[in-house]
Amino acid sequence: MITIGKAINMGLRRALTEDPKVLVMGEDVGKLGGVFRVTENLQSEFGEDRIIDTPLAESGILGTAIGLALRGYRPVCEIQFDGFVYPAFDQITSQLAKMHSRSLGTLKLPVVVRIPYGGGIGAVEHHSESNETYFAHTAGLRVVTCSNPNDAYWMIQQAIQSDDPVIFFEPKRRYWDKAEIDEAAPSLGLHETRTVQEGNDLTLISYGPTVRTAIEVAAVCAKEGRSVEVMDLRTLSPLDLAPVFESAQKTGRVVILHEAPTFLGLGAEIASQITEECFYSLDAPVLRVGGFNVPYPPARLEEHYLPDLDRTLDAIDRAFAF
Amino acid sequence: MSELQLVQILSPEGELLTDPEYPLEISTEEIRALYRDLVMVRRFDVEATALQRQGELGLWAQSLGQEAAQVGSGRALIPGDYAFPTYREHGVAWAKGVPPEKLLGMYRGINHGGWNPHDNDFHLYTLVIGSQTLHATGYAMGIQRDKSNNAVIAYFGDGATSQGDVNEAFTFASVYHAPVVFFCQNNQWAISQPIESQTKVALYKRAAGFGFPGVRVDGNDVLAVLAVTRVALARARAGEGPTLIEAFTYRMGAHTTSDDPSRYRLAQELEEWKLKDPIARVKSYLTRSGLANEDFFADIEKEAEAMASKLRGDIIDAEDPYVEAIFDHVYAEPHPILEAEKNAYINYLESFAEGDMK
Ligand SMILES: Cc1ncc(C[n+]2csc(CCOP(=O)(O)OP(=O)(O)O)c2C)c(N)n1
Ligand SMILES: [Mg+2]
Repeated sequence: MITIGKAINMGLRRALTEDPKVLVMGEDVGKLGGVFRVTENLQSEFGEDRIIDTPLAESGILGTAIGLALRGYRPVCEIQFDGFVYPAFDQITSQLAKMHSRSLGTLKLPVVVRIPYGGGIGAVEHHSESNETYFAHTAGLRVVTCSNPNDAYWMIQQAIQSDDPVIFFEPKRRYWDKAEIDEAAPSLGLHETRTVQEGNDLTLISYGPTVRTAIEVAAVCAKEGRSVEVMDLRTLSPLDLAPVFESAQKTGRVVILHEAPTFLGLGAEIASQITEECFYSLDAPVLRVGGFNVPYPPARLEEHYLPDLDRTLDAIDRAFAF
Repeated sequence: MSELQLVQILSPEGELLTDPEYPLEISTEEIRALYRDLVMVRRFDVEATALQRQGELGLWAQSLGQEAAQVGSGRALIPGDYAFPTYREHGVAWAKGVPPEKLLGMYRGINHGGWNPHDNDFHLYTLVIGSQTLHATGYAMGIQRDKSNNAVIAYFGDGATSQGDVNEAFTFASVYHAPVVFFCQNNQWAISQPIESQTKVALYKRAAGFGFPGVRVDGNDVLAVLAVTRVALARARAGEGPTLIEAFTYRMGAHTTSDDPSRYRLAQELEEWKLKDPIARVKSYLTRSGLANEDFFADIEKEAEAMASKLRGDIIDAEDPYVEAIFDHVYAEPHPILEAEKNAYINYLESFAEGDMK
């Protein structure tokens, strides 16, 4: 059994071993191994030239990663916490995302930006945000997130292999979740949605840290005689919604669960597309459960903010009430 | 990095030195008061650290070892001078008169700030590295336009000097002659990264490139820090623009209570810095010159203990925030989405209270 944190570490190690052009860069990623130890022992194995402790400057990390990529390297940047990516926002959205298209396809930018995201760890401000929508809203970026160790292990490698920039969101409150991983071959491509468990009455869509919540919700529903199909999106941009449409057409009811604020969140886009594609199959409007449209609250209030089992069950009740 | 050109007035052994550039007029009473500040601030920090260990705080960022840099600079400020701290400036907060228990709120997870910045001209703590240096510069530009006789002090760490914001703050302050003092506590570390990973030049020398003076002061010497900061503030008030002060000090504790420095630095380094302790040298000066006796020290210890136990009581009794607080201060004016969300959530919570659970 391996944790998500360790699985990413193993995925990074394998990518570093297989391709000498892969680099890891960020604050405290070297000797310390990152504040979550995701890059633990990589520097002692691969050296300071490949596992780079950068100066404390996110714009600098991303900007130089772009330069390294232009020179043929594949940098994997670590942003220490979700709330500290913003100093690099210009480099990511105006530079990294656009260079391939500006160069009419000549320049490749295989940069991965790893961001531990989401709340639930009792942290101080700026350490609990779910800011995936900013990046999913930016054309030119690919955005993915893992919810379990096996995906963590494979998706980080697939992200590194991608010739496009990939924002790789890591569900930090699940870093210590354990499961087996299969080192032989990936079960899915990077941009594929997974049906976690099948069901007939309602489709519950989630990604990242709330997939575990969704599985718990489905178990409670099962006891109440409601069969819930759980889907883990995995890929936030591009979205892989074909299996979602198929599921919605089967169940007729859909709830989307994520930590990010619901206003203009991923759930809004998905609900809209489901409505367009599956209108005549729906028995209820597509409902969303998510964070409130407020700054992430202080730790002692976060249990109210975070969409949990009860709030999801409440939405499911409402979906069945139609 | 060698300690070149370090302004020092009180040696680690407690000998009083003089620096012609930074003459310090100070009474015995003032030195005794500074000693008290240092002891109180350290005791406060020790108590907060213990409170974190006992689960009363989620996190704590220790000021241990940096008391002289913080107290010395904080005491150089006059009423109306505004301070922009990072998350570690507990000693400056003390000098500014912020009630100590208020500093614990955000570390306990009950708020994101917890004090009214206007009460003490002490801004909220800023966790995003470097941002506050620009706010300080803008505030100073306001003071300048108001033709007020005040100045601003911006605190930041050695790691922060790598951030774009800090370098932009230097540029703005320089071109506008803004009355701001940039006070960098070089505590030698930014989490696990030593100062060498941020800069190849002594930090204070960077100021020259931006067109204003920079000075390195012994950050563990409260008298030198006081003298140097006073001069910098006087320049700012006189319309001569910013100064960069590099207070050469040491982070004697972990980065925060979540950190384990044994993973990246040698214990020997801490032992060497203990010989330069900011409090010990003032005590030995006061003792050797006969300016304070055992009673004086014992009284302060007692006062510090009383402060610590009050702090403990205050924080354990601190009320948890009410749920509506999530929504209440996001906007200054009413906002329909938040009103709707708040009402819906309160109704939802009430449905549990009514035993209306599924
Ligand atoms: C923009 C940003 N990036 C990263 C972090 C995470 N972080 C918190 S403290 C810290 C090191 C700060 O070092 P320094 O400026 O020397 O201040 P010190 O903690 O030593 O007082 C880092 C990297 C942050 N808070 N903000
Ligand atoms: Mg530092």
